[in-house]
Amino acid sequence: MTKPLKQIHLAAHFPGVNNTTVWSDPRAGSHIEFSSFAHLARTAERAKFDFFFLAEGLRLREQRGRIYDLDVVGRPDTFTVLAALAAVTDHLGLAGTINSTFNEPYEVARQFATLDHLSGGRAAWNVVTSWDAFTGENFRRGGFLPQEARYERARTFLRTACELFDSWHGDEIAADKQAGVFLADPRPGRFSHHDAHFDISGQFDVPRSPQGRPVIFQAGDSDEGREFAASSADAIFSRHGTLADGQAFYADVKGRLARYGRTPDQLLILPAATFVLADTDAEAADLAHDVRLQQVSGATAIAFLEQLWNRDLSGYDPDGPLPEIDPDVGEHTIARGRASVRMHRDPLATARDWRAKAAAENLSIRELIVAVTGRQSFIGSASTVAADIDKLVQADASDGFILVPHITPGGLDEFADKVVPLLQERGVFRTEYEGSTLRANLGLEPLPGKAVPVQSGFSRAAS
Amino acid sequence: MHLSVALDGAGWHPAAWREPRARPADLLTAGYWTDLVTEAERGLLDFVTFEDGLSLQSSRFGEPDQRTDQVRGRLDAVLIAARVAPLTRHVGLIPTAVVTHTEPFHISKAIATLDYVSEGRAGLRVKVSRTPHEAAHFGRRTFPPLSLADRGTPAAAQELADAFDEAADYVQVVRQLWDSWEDDAEIRDGATGRFIDIGKLHYIDFSGRWFSVKGPSITPRPPQGQPVVAALAHASVPYQLVARSADIGFVTPHDSAHARQIVSEIRGAQQHAGRADEPLHVFGDLVVFLGTDAAAARRRKERLDDLAGAVYTSDALVFTGTAAELADLLLAWQQAGLAGFRLRPGAIPDDLEAITRDLVPELQRRGAFRRAYEAPDLRALLGLSRPANRYATLAEDPA
Repeated sequence: MTKPLKQIHLAAHFPGVNNTTVWSDPRAGSHIEFSSFAHLARTAERAKFDFFFLAEGLRLREQRGRIYDLDVVGRPDTFTVLAALAAVTDHLGLAGTINSTFNEPYEVARQFATLDHLSGGRAAWNVVTSWDAFTGENFRRGGFLPQEARYERARTFLRTACELFDSWHGDEIAADKQAGVFLADPRPGRFSHHDAHFDISGQFDVPRSPQGRPVIFQAGDSDEGREFAASSADAIFSRHGTLADGQAFYADVKGRLARYGRTPDQLLILPAATFVLADTDAEAADLAHDVRLQQVSGATAIAFLEQLWNRDLSGYDPDGPLPEIDPDVGEHTIARGRASVRMHRDPLATARDWRAKAAAENLSIRELIVAVTGRQSFIGSASTVAADIDKLVQADASDGFILVPHITPGGLDEFADKVVPLLQERGVFRTEYEGSTLRANLGLEPLPGKAVPVQSGFSRAAS
Repeated sequence: MHLSVALDGAGWHPAAWREPRARPADLLTAGYWTDLVTEAERGLLDFVTFEDGLSLQSSRFGEPDQRTDQVRGRLDAVLIAARVAPLTRHVGLIPTAVVTHTEPFHISKAIATLDYVSEGRAGLRVKVSRTPHEAAHFGRRTFPPLSLADRGTPAAAQELADAFDEAADYVQVVRQLWDSWEDDAEIRDGATGRFIDIGKLHYIDFSGRWFSVKGPSITPRPPQGQPVVAALAHASVPYQLVARSADIGFVTPHDSAHARQIVSEIRGAQQHAGRADEPLHVFGDLVVFLGTDAAAARRRKERLDDLAGAVYTSDALVFTGTAAELADLLLAWQQAGLAGFRLRPGAIPDDLEAITRDLVPELQRRGAFRRAYEAPDLRALLGLSRPANRYATLAEDPA
């Protein structure tokens, strides 16, 4: 007996400020104008996607002490765009990345509760954390937070926000004109939270929203991040999109749920993914290579190399060999405002590997960077891509994907028109939205009128 | 004449939600706010403002109450404005933001983004908070209890001056961030691979008593360049904030002579702030209860007062009467130097519709109000030009 087919969850990630986004393409539109956001969101909704996703960065990136200008620069405010998108969509979830370091729980909770009201229950929050003083220079708080305290802050922030979401139970507003009773409770929204991070109390001012609270996403990949997700998140935005890597991550994270009294279907695992479509697999492979060259110009290749080397390599020829000097393993100073530099955990070893690969395959700097950074996840004809996506999901490498088109705003159109119908034919993707809230479309149980508090036993379990 | 309405819940009278046509169960829905703003746009109004605060509404001065007979609970005003923006085309959208507990960096990009999603119709009304209970929601600063009896003591005066000085710094940062990208900073130069010209992005390097902000903004300069900044003011210290920082000041005169006196004080402060040449509109705020005849309007307000158990009073003049009588008053006050008005509907939708469907045609008949929207954005609607970028001017200076 075969197990029942899993239903795939799909999301559209608005192209971001990374080199994945090919802004030089003649079809590339604005990254700021609302029409671009509306186009992608409407395409995603037409294709019955689960949700739309926005990333966030609160300071423009710098490299070699200058604002980094090779990728798209600039983005609008997350909450404001999502609230506006609620006006031009009816079913699509609206997921925003919001930082827990440079915000306060009361304000973020009222913004998400408001978004959930104004979208009729479609809000989601990707909870991220940062510690860097570089970003902190834009905020009242500055850069006070030690790196090791950032998950503690994120956990506490989320727990506190959830206390605010849950401070209204959903039955306080009577609005009885005849009796003259607007509120059934004279003191709704009471909260009191006191710990090392937040010392707050009073009454929350946004009544309970349709979903109770936004769907919670988490994107961290470290052991702490995985544990945080297992304890508190509804979905993980992961980087593990290949079969073996995805299966390992999937098994690891789903395996952590039981200790929080949760079941595997209560946490979705959604890797980020890119795609290149063409009429045939061979044409798609060619096109994918062209896209990679657009994504990695000579200047971009040098910039990538500098992010590993932590040195100014502007004197090197991107079409020449790799530097013979070793990376500077001291404090990272070359690239700022870029979380990805932390992924280079052993720069010396990585540099050795890259040199060996370049020597063995006779690769220039640019060719090497094209080879070692982010090949597209799905390349092929629509039927190949549909089959590959389905295979990964059915093999428990993921529960679906967050797709990042490389062209703004039309980069999802072809996927919507060609791949989605094939997934629907396979019986693994919805043809109509199942519910009215994002939680319902993600297959997550509705929260009770008074939600179960977010697990607070995390610190003990993680230590 | 410029005309706007101040939207707040079911209207400004505490019993407005009990009116037959009120929709108290819809106050947290997008449809409710869309209907109100659409109605304002139907009346060709310059803009709507959205009230907000970082605590439950209260009938008490500076502290929460425990009343159950009035509207309590609300939504974030910036997000309401964003939610209605794609569904309207002409009317300006001016949400309220509390400056005391929020980040100027966040609000600057939020209003810039509102300007993008509304295609040039965004504004920002700044408001200060000095109540201990709002501060306790954030836990980062404390303020002594407010009491009317303490008004005028040196300590209270210092608190007030600090609150508004911080607001002025806040607006300064918000405005500098709006200018931190020059209009043509995005170049998409395929030849060099550069998406922007970094010479046209600017660190603002603001450092003040309450915060420091580096910049530049993450959001490019908004369509209007500088969205419209407004503040409500009742006394000299807030008048100075209006004079230093705002494009529009909302004031609360009791009569024409008082209006003249307030305008004169603001103009003086404007000169003192070195802004004498910059356009600054002073709008009169009034709470309005309108009826087909004066007695009907008065009876309606009295009925609401009975329901509320108290005679409604306000910081602003409470007007009851006909649309024609209101038009008389507005025209007289306009003569005193007010550029326009922000009308607070006593009850929604009745008084909002009376404004858009009775008052506006009355003013049009008198040649005092537009018959169509003809301006491309809110600044233009208000007769404000698009300001040059402060940093672009510096860049052109060869020194």
